[in-house]
Amino acid sequence: MHISNGIIDGPVAAVFAALALAVLTFCVLRGRRDLDDRLAPMAGLVAAFIFAVQMLNFPIFTAGVSGHLLGGALAALLVGPWVGALCVAVVLVVQALVFGDGGVAMLGLNITNMALLGTAAAYLLIALLLRVLPRTPTGLGITAFVSALVSVVVASQGFVLQYWLGGTTDLGGNLAGLSGTMAGVHLLIGIGEGLITATTVVTVAKVRPDLVYALRALKPAVPAPAVPVAGGAR
Amino acid sequence: MGAGHAHMLYREASSPVHRLPPEVKIAAMVVFTVAVVATPRAAYWAFGGYALLVVAVAALARVGPRWLLGRALIELPFVLFAFALPFFGTGERVDVAGLSLSVDGLHGAWNILAKGTLGVLASLLLAATTTTRDLIVGLDRLRCPQILTQIATFMLRYLDVLVGEARRMRVARMSRGDDPRFLWQLRGFAAGVGALFLRAFERGERVYLAMVSRGYTGRMPAVWQGAGAATAGQWAAAATVPAIAATIAAVALVLT
Repeated sequence: MHISNGIIDGPVAAVFAALALAVLTFCVLRGRRDLDDRLAPMAGLVAAFIFAVQMLNFPIFTAGVSGHLLGGALAALLVGPWVGALCVAVVLVVQALVFGDGGVAMLGLNITNMALLGTAAAYLLIALLLRVLPRTPTGLGITAFVSALVSVVVASQGFVLQYWLGGTTDLGGNLAGLSGTMAGVHLLIGIGEGLITATTVVTVAKVRPDLVYALRALKPAVPAPAVPVAGGAR
Repeated sequence: MGAGHAHMLYREASSPVHRLPPEVKIAAMVVFTVAVVATPRAAYWAFGGYALLVVAVAALARVGPRWLLGRALIELPFVLFAFALPFFGTGERVDVAGLSLSVDGLHGAWNILAKGTLGVLASLLLAATTTTRDLIVGLDRLRCPQILTQIATFMLRYLDVLVGEARRMRVARMSRGDDPRFLWQLRGFAAGVGALFLRAFERGERVYLAMVSRGYTGRMPAVWQGAGAATAGQWAAAATVPAIAATIAAVALVLT
């Protein structure tokens, strides 16, 4: 998913860099309000978790693309959309600066796809599904699974859009093929991501429901959180 | 935790590049990469010039070619896309060894390989000469918003917590009769991923509270900020590399 230098042309990369910068500035302003003593270490851990998980790369040789887990849904569930987008963005910046994953000049494109599009899609679904589904661990698990799955596919289509706008090599009619390949591959990755996200979030919600941002936002409506507090996770 | 202050890519050495303040190195690396990406792909000589610059900086930083090239393999999954382009590109086609390849696609593949590799080498040089702590200080001095440097600080610190906790849980599983081999240990890992997250969080929370009770306010101590900020001379010294790269890019743009 990381776009390396030279895949998308300069002007399009510059436009998306400006877009990413504007949205991230907004996230910084909103995120400052959210970040308290409980959220600060959580944001760091979520970022570290995503960093570790993104190291698992699945190259898909026949299609010439690579895919990996993204973590946008996990971040949106645990630390909220604003800090969540910042977490994923920080991961991408450090990867680009230090590890050379994804070109520095393509950072705007990568942040738009994975940090902004992925997290936004996930949070919209989370907000919707948590209201519709029953407030049980199963409901939370399904929410996490579906939002993670959809966010990964949405992020992969962001790349297709950018390639259509400014790909350095004209693929002609093969662009639809690229879109299909990306969607298919990321559907499979999304299932894996959905399972990891659901397992993690349900475990955290059982033991420390106060740590799940998405449940905190709902609390005014439901005084007693319906998620049972099981004493023994360890 | 005590060893968590340098990352695995850092190469301990004393060289002019190591001694440069981090913010200077970050800025130089970003400008260099942008210049490389802005170069038209048909200007082959320009990429040779960039490669020479990378070699010169690597020699100055005492980073060996073996280490550099070995680590550069990390980009392989990301440039696989390049190898597909000659087959899927449109327009004029040539026959190479019995395969019908698109000329535009071949150019595209060269473009991605050259620019991708130069970008990876530049970031590896930054990583090899800058510790984690310096990287954060550098970003902070470049006016990166505090909330971002704060998340980055904890992320880099908690990576060690996470890895250590995962190792402890693996040892615990094995001592209870689990026999992890290759892919089968994934099942045990997947089942425990939620527990791993919680355990790492609780450890990380203690680290955070310990930092807060010792006066942490969201920014690294002033001692780190004040000392060693880049002087005008250091900026000028580090600017030579991106300035040469920008000149090459400008000439290439004019010529092609």
